[in-house]
Amino acid sequence: MRAYAIGGFGRSLMGSEILIKARNLTKKYDDLLAVSSIDFEVFRGECCGFLGPNGAGKTTTIRMIQCVLPLTSGSLTVSGLDVSQEQREIKKMIGVAPQEDNLDPDFSVMHNLLVYARYFDIPKSEAVKRSNELLKFFQLEEKRNVIIDQLSAGMKRRLILARALINEPQILLLDEPTTGLDPQARHLVWDRIRNLEKRGVTIILTTHYMDEAAELCDRTLIMDNGKIIEEGNPVELIRKHVGEDVLEVEYNDGVMKDLKEKLPEARFEVVGDRIRVFTAQPHGAFESFIRDFPTKGATIRTANLEDVFLKLTGRQLRE
Amino acid sequence: MKTSDSVAKRFSLPQLTYRVWKVWQRDWDVFMKTYKVNFFPPLLEPILYLIALGLGLGALLKSVQGMPYINFIAPSLIAISMMNSSFFECTYGSFVRMYYQKTFDAIIATPVSIEEVIAGELVWGATRSLISSSIVLGVVAAFGLVTSPLFLLIPLVSFFSGLMFASIAMCFTSLAPNIDFFNYPAFLLITPMFLLSGTFFPLATLPDFVQIIAKAFLPLTHAVTLTRGLISGNLESSMIISVVWIAAVTPVFFILSINLMKRKLVK
Repeated sequence: MRAYAIGGFGRSLMGSEILIKARNLTKKYDDLLAVSSIDFEVFRGECCGFLGPNGAGKTTTIRMIQCVLPLTSGSLTVSGLDVSQEQREIKKMIGVAPQEDNLDPDFSVMHNLLVYARYFDIPKSEAVKRSNELLKFFQLEEKRNVIIDQLSAGMKRRLILARALINEPQILLLDEPTTGLDPQARHLVWDRIRNLEKRGVTIILTTHYMDEAAELCDRTLIMDNGKIIEEGNPVELIRKHVGEDVLEVEYNDGVMKDLKEKLPEARFEVVGDRIRVFTAQPHGAFESFIRDFPTKGATIRTANLEDVFLKLTGRQLRE
Repeated sequence: MKTSDSVAKRFSLPQLTYRVWKVWQRDWDVFMKTYKVNFFPPLLEPILYLIALGLGLGALLKSVQGMPYINFIAPSLIAISMMNSSFFECTYGSFVRMYYQKTFDAIIATPVSIEEVIAGELVWGATRSLISSSIVLGVVAAFGLVTSPLFLLIPLVSFFSGLMFASIAMCFTSLAPNIDFFNYPAFLLITPMFLLSGTFFPLATLPDFVQIIAKAFLPLTHAVTLTRGLISGNLESSMIISVVWIAAVTPVFFILSINLMKRKLVK
């Protein structure tokens, strides 16, 4: 069933405990089918990424897992508990870092954590201890008494992550954890997410950044129009859908003719004035083509998850 | 499996636990961060009214209902502060927390439910009423206008009236598409109440039908009646009607507002 697991990509998930399980999960608004009868599992200890264009249903799915959005139909369980019945029990074991900044602007960094801890019935002394550790973990110690308005976007994001961990959750839901961050902040967040995964926290994240998904996720679920259209380990998905290398050349009719002649089995994609060539052949196929037909502006690069994503979801803008 | 969409849309009695208190504490913490600003208006406003209307306008009037005019309006100022503080806390204040700050979203990601968030906001609105009206009561007392030890019961009136105004306010919040919407209840409900609830002149001077409307539909009328009786010691049978009125209306709007907010926020 999961070939990549046997094939040795990522961590072997065979026999892992299923922590979250969805069957025919559906969310319907008045005239919009946001999530359309999807099935999926999340295994304990993995990092599972939900990818998809805007409106694909990623955030809707996350919000159903965190028990704040009722299901229209189907079933969804977290650690065996029904999200429609045992919301408090589930919420106790989940940490949520939402897309939007919903920190308390009237409080300092530290006070945000302490007030949040109170909602989980964490005693004050324990809350202070955990908050100190979390501020250290996210390099926010110096900002402990700063009011939220004075934090940069990256600091706010780290504080939201710290807040999501205050209840020592088994499951961490990260909705676009690095959107809008500079590369430094982004890498720090990635590093912390990997660290948490090592500690055994199960992580579910949504992202628009394919490099982020490839970097962090053991497994990705690609969603489009409320359905899961593909699922698998990022490396495996790249190999399956786009091969190992991609050749990019400037478009002209002559080059296109040569390409089609020389690489008959390849897939071509013309975007603007560039041709992208995908092939199932191993390394080397493109090198010999370039040698034989030196073309201006030709580059060979490694195929990536973004190629997979665009192949599966198309290039049409979603708004 | 049973779907919960129908459950969310069905009208129900809110399931509340001690977690209501956690939401209250959050609002209290914010209030205390800025307490200097928060204490200023309820302190200054009644002083201005007592001087301008009580002493200034009152000098032109012999007496109203057998008392100096300043004594007549003093309890009204206390009751008005109950209304204003709780009503605006649970319209503009709650709307800002819900819509701009996403505070409710943050809280419901924890074991606290949306019903408890709204109930916490309502109890906080009642608390604002208690705080503001106590400050006004202090000002009134400093002017020597408290003439009965029954004034000690005013905080009780203040809390429950506050809960009533907060619950009514939260119903508007549940209907508000944007923050400008609150201009409607402010001008169509709060201003008429401010002027027509036996606040600055006795209701008896108005035409009968206005009196009936004021007594039947304007909550402030009852808060004023109770406060006036307790501050002067002139107990009247109409006070019983006012107690019953508030006791009947408050739970209705309390439950209604929680259901309406749930419907707005849990889609």
